[in-house]
Order: sequence, then structure tokens, then C-alpha cells
Amino acid sequence: MDSFVMILTVFILAIFIGFEIITKVPPTLHTPLMSGSNAISGITIIGALVLAGQMENSHLAQILAFVAVIFATINVVGGFLVTDRMLKMFKKRD
Amino acid sequence: MLNQNVLNIAYLISAMLFIFGLKGLSHPRTAVRGNRIAALGMLLAIAATLLSSKFEWHYIIMGVAIGSVFGAVAAMKVKMTSMPEMVGLFNGFGGAASVLVAGSALVAAMQFASTNPPGTQMKIAIVTSGIIGSVTFFGSYVAFGKLAEFLAVKWKLYTWQKIVKYGFSLVVAAGAVWFGVKSYNDAGALLAGGITVSGLAIAGILLLKKDRFPAMNVLKGILGLLTLVLGVLVVLNPWNTMLFWLLVGTAGVLGVLLTFSIGGADMPVVIALLNSYSGLAATATGFVINNNVLIISGSLVGASGIILTNIMCKAMNRSLTNVLFGFMGPTSETPSADDVYGGKVKATSAEEIAMLFDGARRVAIVPGYGMAVAQAQHAVNELATLLEKRGIEVVYAIHPVAGRMPGHMNVLLAEANVAYDKLLEMDEANPTFLQTDVAIVLGANDVVNPVARTDPNSPIAGMPIIDVDKARTAVVIKRSLSPGFAGIPNPLFAQNNTLMFFNDGKKAILDIIAAVKES
Repeated sequence: MDSFVMILTVFILAIFIGFEIITKVPPTLHTPLMSGSNAISGITIIGALVLAGQMENSHLAQILAFVAVIFATINVVGGFLVTDRMLKMFKKRD
Repeated sequence: MLNQNVLNIAYLISAMLFIFGLKGLSHPRTAVRGNRIAALGMLLAIAATLLSSKFEWHYIIMGVAIGSVFGAVAAMKVKMTSMPEMVGLFNGFGGAASVLVAGSALVAAMQFASTNPPGTQMKIAIVTSGIIGSVTFFGSYVAFGKLAEFLAVKWKLYTWQKIVKYGFSLVVAAGAVWFGVKSYNDAGALLAGGITVSGLAIAGILLLKKDRFPAMNVLKGILGLLTLVLGVLVVLNPWNTMLFWLLVGTAGVLGVLLTFSIGGADMPVVIALLNSYSGLAATATGFVINNNVLIISGSLVGASGIILTNIMCKAMNRSLTNVLFGFMGPTSETPSADDVYGGKVKATSAEEIAMLFDGARRVAIVPGYGMAVAQAQHAVNELATLLEKRGIEVVYAIHPVAGRMPGHMNVLLAEANVAYDKLLEMDEANPTFLQTDVAIVLGANDVVNPVARTDPNSPIAGMPIIDVDKARTAVVIKRSLSPGFAGIPNPLFAQNNTLMFFNDGKKAILDIIAAVKES
């Protein structure tokens, strides 16, 4: 299969999975869902890391990717930590 | 060094961990673990990437170190009431990262274009990633600024607000001018000028003190078209990286305009939409670097944001287009405040409210953004505990758009140790109001306005509301009779069985607690 069709397939199927799981998240957890999913969208860090570290890349490409690493790391670290902090507060009636 | 297959399997496992993690969020009991599973997935993806090839480490280490410190400090320090601002800001960072990765990939691709020219998929993906990322970044900054109340406001700002507001505009304007002058010789007057103008436009709009100006919607349309045209041009001519930066600038102006006029009750929609964009930007970046784990994770986040956007729109009975381009406000048919309230509003005191609880069996608390502003969540829980000790059943009825982001009230109440099974969704709570003795409305207005049910000409007609008016007695805690976001009077306040307690949210609850203890 052509590589584009391949990743397009992955994209469409992932959207279906996304809709399936997220509809089951109760409203009470919508804020942690947003901050947690935001941390997951920090996955862009993968692209940023590779571009920042490849020796053959021009200096400009590396600098742009370096700034991207900073932003994406804030997203990942901040996002997961704040979600953890929030979720730990949700308690059942004793 | 990891072989390519091992790397891809590591990415596959990460993607699975993200899915399991999000699945954990379907119940408060499993949510903490779910979030940690997702974090583990991220750690695995990052570790595998770093082991996959020989890298130059200094940028990687510096970037991760700086980002981790900022992220961790922000996450630990932020107050629960400021969570909407925080999520808004983080969405923006995700968008910015996508733009920068796309730009970096474009620069790197052009460097090797003679031996390995970029394919169509990569070019289109770079453009998409640039557009969505830029709209997300600038849109999120505006959302952050409006939530933190320093953009599009007339009143005096605190020092930190001034620093952020003027500093951001100054940096954008100076950057645009510097970039334009520097590239004038290579790129020509049109491109260099265009980049400068778009930067100055962003900086300028952000300094406005009103959130609307004439022809705003026309401008949004023109910019949308311009962005598309530029996108096509970049795909046709990727060698001209200046064209890409002009595209990013134009998309940035569009992002600012799309969010600038939005406020109040519409904020949850925008935050959810930007959340979705930040995911889609990551997906687009995945298409740029041909990476499945980016595509999968980005799609999950994109889907999540779209679902939340949809829920928020439904909860206001408005379409997304209406939120982005429309204006919500009183129409000519809206009765005046004097007609609705004239002589019929009954003010009450803490002592009178305390007496209402004698013989009450069921109390429902309906929180709104006012509770967040007054930081009254802890006081509310104290009152609820006191009432429960007297054998009264206390529940919380929460409207989906109460607050400034989806689930905002739930997090605040969880912070104040309210058990999550006492927080009722609107549909669950509404049938119970006929059996509710006292309903306490704390800092909510439009979401309890019965006009939504009764007057088809009202700007909030058809919006699902919390049926507070059906409780035996409704107590509304509010500073004054001023209208909510929709700008219309609320006949609930003038109803026979409604008592108004004019006070600050927190002080009111504390006064009631004192009165209940005395009685």
C-alpha cells in the first residue's frame, strides 16, 4: 500500500477510536480530560526532538526545532502533572 | 541505536498506552491511573526516539530542561480557579510547537531538496500544520488574555497584566519588523512587507480595548481566503520559505480575530475548539514527518476537542458558526429590566435563609462562574456539610456551560472535597427540583433563566436550563440584578418563590453558615 494511504487509514481509524472512548468520559471529568489530552497533543515533541538533534540540519532548522522542544515539553510535563493534581482531588462520598 | 522496526513498535505501544489512558478517564476511580498510563506512553515515545539515531544533544537537553521547569512550576502553582487560563495557554504552546516543527521541517527539506525533493504529502502537511498551529497559538493567547481579563477590556490593569499584554504585542511587532527588514533583499517588498503587516496587525488588534470593531466578520472571511490562497502557493512553491512565514502570519491574524470577540459563556466552546485544533495540528505534523504515533495521538485529542465543542454548543442551543461569527445580546423584543423586576424582587437576609432550612429535606446548590470568581467553593462545602449533619440531603446541579471551561465547576468542588457522586448533571438534576425545598443559585444567571423555555424570541430561546424555578424556594446569591452574558433580565429573580440575597458569593455563604449555626 502507498505510504500516504497507509497513514491516512491510521488517521481515520484513530478518529473513530477517539470518538468511541471520549464519549464515555463523564462531564465531571471534562476539565482533566482537556488538560490530559492537551498533554498528549504534546507528542509533537517527537518531531521537534529529531529535527533539533539531527547534525546535518541547518542551524535555522535546529533553532526552530529547539524552541518547539521547549513548547512541547511545557505541554507534556505541565499537562500530565496538572491533570494528576486535579484527578487526585476527585473523591467518592465516605 | 534502535532499529526502525523496534522504534515503530515502541511507538505502537505508546499509542496503545494513550488509548488505555484516555479510557481510564471514563471514571473518577480509574482516572488517576489512566493519566499516568498516558504519561508512561509519552515517556516511552520520547525515550525510543532519543535512542533511535545519533543526535547532537545540546539543543535537545536544553529544550527539555527549560520546558520541564516551566511546565512543572506552572502545573504545581496554578490555582484551580485559573485552570481555564492554564489550559488555554497550554493549547497555545501545542500549536506553536506544531508551527515550529513544520517550519523546521520545511527548512531542512529545502536544504536537501536537490537530492531528495519533498513529496506532495509533506508539502500539504507542512502547510496544514502551519495554518492550524498558528491559528491555535494566537487564538489560545487571546483566549488566555480574555480569561485573565487583560485583553479587550477598558478598566485599569495590574502590573503583570500590563507586562504580558504590552510585552506580547511589542515582541510580535518588533519581530515582524526585524524579520521584514532582514529579508527585504532576498524576499522582495511584497513578501517582506506582508510579513511585517501581519505581525503589526496582530500586535495592534491585541491592544484594542473593545472586543468588536466594524467589518470584523468580513475581515475574518477575507483572511480565511487569503490563508487558503497562500497555502496553495506554498505547496506549489515550497522553495520560498518566506511564503510559509507569511502564511503563518496571516493565519495568526485569523486566529486572533476568530477568538477576539468571544467571551463569557461562549468561552468553554472556544477552549474546547482550540483543544481540538492543538490535536489536529499534531496530526498534521505527523503527516509532515510520516509518523503514526503523532497521527494517532493527535486524532484522539482532535476527536476529544470536537466532542466537547459539540456538547458545549448543544448546552447553549447554538451552532458553532453562531458562536464564532454571531453576537449574543438583547433583541428588540427583550423586555426591559424594569418591566421584569419592577417592585417584584424580594431581597432576603442570611437569617431568613437559615430559617428556610428548618424542615427542609432536600437542598440543591447551583454553582456558576460567580462561585469561581468569589473562590467560594470551600465555604459552599462547609455549608453543605453543616446541612447534611442536620439530616438534609444536599446535591449540586451543574449546567454544562457553567464556568469558563467544560467541567470547571466539578474541579472546583472536587478541590473543596465535595464527593463527585453528589455532582448531578443537568438532565439528572432537573426532574428532582419539584421535590427540592431550597435551591441555592450561586453566581449563575443565564443558565437558570426560565425565559429559555418560555419566550421563543429570546436570545437564549431553546437553551437547556437548570429548572431552579420549580423548586419550592429559590435563593439567588448575586451582587446585583445586573444581567448575565446574554444581556437579558431574568424573570426567575422576580418570581414569587424566589428570594434574592445581594452579596459577594463567599461572604454570603459564610453569613448563611453563621446564621444556621445560631438558629
